[in-house]
Amino acid sequence: MSTSNNTRDEIHSLDYLESHAVFILREVAAECERPVLLFSGGKDSAVLLHLASKAFAPQGIPFPILHVDTGHNFPEVLAYRDAQAARYGAQLLVARVQDSIDQGKVPNPGPFGMRNRLQTVTLLDAITENKFDAAFGGARRDEDKARAKERVLSFRDSFGQWDPRQQRPELWHLYQGKVNSGEHLRAFPLSDWTELDVWTYIQQENIILPEIYFAHERDVFLRDSMWLSTNEFVELRADEVPERRTVRYRTVGDASCTGAVLSTASTLSEIITEVSTTNVSERGATRADDKFSETAMEDRKREGYF
Amino acid sequence: MTRTVQDLMRFATVGSVDDGKSTLIGRLLVDTRQLFDDQLDAVVQASAKRGVGDLDLSFVTDGLRAEREQGITIDVAYRYSSSPSRKFVIADCPGHVQYTRNMATGASTADVALVVIDVVAGLKEQTRRHLCIAALLGVRHVIVAANKMDTCGWDQEIFERVAADVRAFSETVGFHEVLVIPVSALHGDNVVDPSAVAAWYNGPTVLSALENAPLGSRGSADTGARLPIQWVLRQNGGGRTYAGMVAGGTLRPGDTVTLLPQNVTTTLRAIHTLREDLTEAFDSMSVDLDLADETDAGRGDLIATAPLPRVATEFEATLCWFSDAPLRPGSRWRLKHTTRSTPARIESIGGLLALDSLTSGPADSFANNDIGFVTIRTAQPICIDDYLDNRVTGSFVLVDEVSNITVAAGMIGRPHFSTL
Repeated sequence: MSTSNNTRDEIHSLDYLESHAVFILREVAAECERPVLLFSGGKDSAVLLHLASKAFAPQGIPFPILHVDTGHNFPEVLAYRDAQAARYGAQLLVARVQDSIDQGKVPNPGPFGMRNRLQTVTLLDAITENKFDAAFGGARRDEDKARAKERVLSFRDSFGQWDPRQQRPELWHLYQGKVNSGEHLRAFPLSDWTELDVWTYIQQENIILPEIYFAHERDVFLRDSMWLSTNEFVELRADEVPERRTVRYRTVGDASCTGAVLSTASTLSEIITEVSTTNVSERGATRADDKFSETAMEDRKREGYF
Repeated sequence: MTRTVQDLMRFATVGSVDDGKSTLIGRLLVDTRQLFDDQLDAVVQASAKRGVGDLDLSFVTDGLRAEREQGITIDVAYRYSSSPSRKFVIADCPGHVQYTRNMATGASTADVALVVIDVVAGLKEQTRRHLCIAALLGVRHVIVAANKMDTCGWDQEIFERVAADVRAFSETVGFHEVLVIPVSALHGDNVVDPSAVAAWYNGPTVLSALENAPLGSRGSADTGARLPIQWVLRQNGGGRTYAGMVAGGTLRPGDTVTLLPQNVTTTLRAIHTLREDLTEAFDSMSVDLDLADETDAGRGDLIATAPLPRVATEFEATLCWFSDAPLRPGSRWRLKHTTRSTPARIESIGGLLALDSLTSGPADSFANNDIGFVTIRTAQPICIDDYLDNRVTGSFVLVDEVSNITVAAGMIGRPHFSTL
């Protein structure tokens, strides 16, 4: 259909992605009554927070940010979370998995049990209690094969569930933000960004990140071919011997199940070079919880996970 | 700073079920080494677990449990690939007729349709439906992969017959100069690497065709610039600017602009962006506009340059219907057009598109996956261009007011099919 003489060759891919992410942030903020931005302290949510501040400048961000705290944190990340909220003038809410455990809403996994999956209950309770009708997340479609299937605005029923077989049509950029009481949307402005896009944008915009993303020395041990950090949330098994290695994190998650990668990349330029040439995916390198089954992410997402 | 200068192209795979769309995308990603080792390992393991051979390439994009069990694609998978000058967003669409709404979701934002046809089975009705929808949705350019050439011994005659069929149909729906490539997605011939088997074919591979395909703007140069207002930004020290994404055309400070539907004319004083002020803003850019005069403008209004769109409460449109319940005249919906939502009613049904003849026939209602023509009346005026002139001001969706489910994709005007 040659109805156009225009070309789009003036807009480059990163500008296109930024522009569309801002469009999505503004559409959802305008259409939904009570949006919230899910902020983990990881690089993707750091980019999302930065984009939110740009989308509504010079006014402030017109919605709060929510951290779902598993209680298994890297201490640098908690400090970073508070500093970023202050830097962008965002209202920070914290929902604690420990509270869900104390209230008996989820089984107590014990001091060394994984808490990643339990977050779902805490997240859904926070959404219900605050009557949020939309939750922005930093998830990207290149992360996982189930996420690759998800709409930009992804509907959750009144149980918080995602039904991958009954997704709503999403035509053009006509994002439809209305939901009935008790239902909500997840909104993913970074859907079409890749890991490399995120890092390139962080460099371009000078976005501050937690220090654990950059190479540092740390006591780590190998479990299921992943480098886990020694800390108070992890109990060493008999054959596991910690050693001091130079590592960095590719993702920030629950400190008991997020793996580090061996790396000497200590600057953004070095990280971009490393990410451009790696043979292993982001989640494959760093997330123990995705290795349980073929469809681990799909199963968690169906329950209402991020 | 390392800023690579790439443009971004979105393409969608279209075609019938089992003709090999997902396998072709799997092949494209594997042969361009865009898959990580652990992702490839996972595909190998899943293939072994389901007893479908060493490496079922369709599992690269068919990631849902139900898709792998049934060996079909249910919903669009998005994948990303990159060459030195271009970043690709790939929408791998389902072929089944019952998932046509998901195919339309994937194709609605695509610049290019990559049509996959089983060369032995030939041009099926579902392939025609998809080509027709891709044309209606304003996809600018089509590349055809005549797949499974290995199953007919790379017979040039069979290839030429299918190529002639698909070219003739494409021409009718408005795609010209369609490139048809003989391919074996299974063995990788002419996908990334040229085939050593077919000495008679000297054309480009699928990858090089994608790398060289033209990009289109969402708006034609013949209509003016359009900016649907998303959000009003209050500036420090008073004053307001109007935030939104440019849809076609070009805006420059000093331009005479008209605020619609109010029909107030003023001057564009400045274009702010997320980074700096601009001397020029064009399609797909999120900007906020500073106007010379105080106006009472808000979300849902449109800032436009001449030639201006029509302001209408009644118009003709082409609809793709996606609901199990039939569409009937008199039914009431919520219509979302640009950033404005308004109650709307189907005044009359003007005809149903027959996919075999591409002609319009009489109809009282539309069934699921039907395409047809309607007259719609809206409660509030909307500012419209023909869809063929502007993909943003020319498109809308109909939404069920109770369930909030999108039931139709709408395009202002009629398509330019030679048979209509």
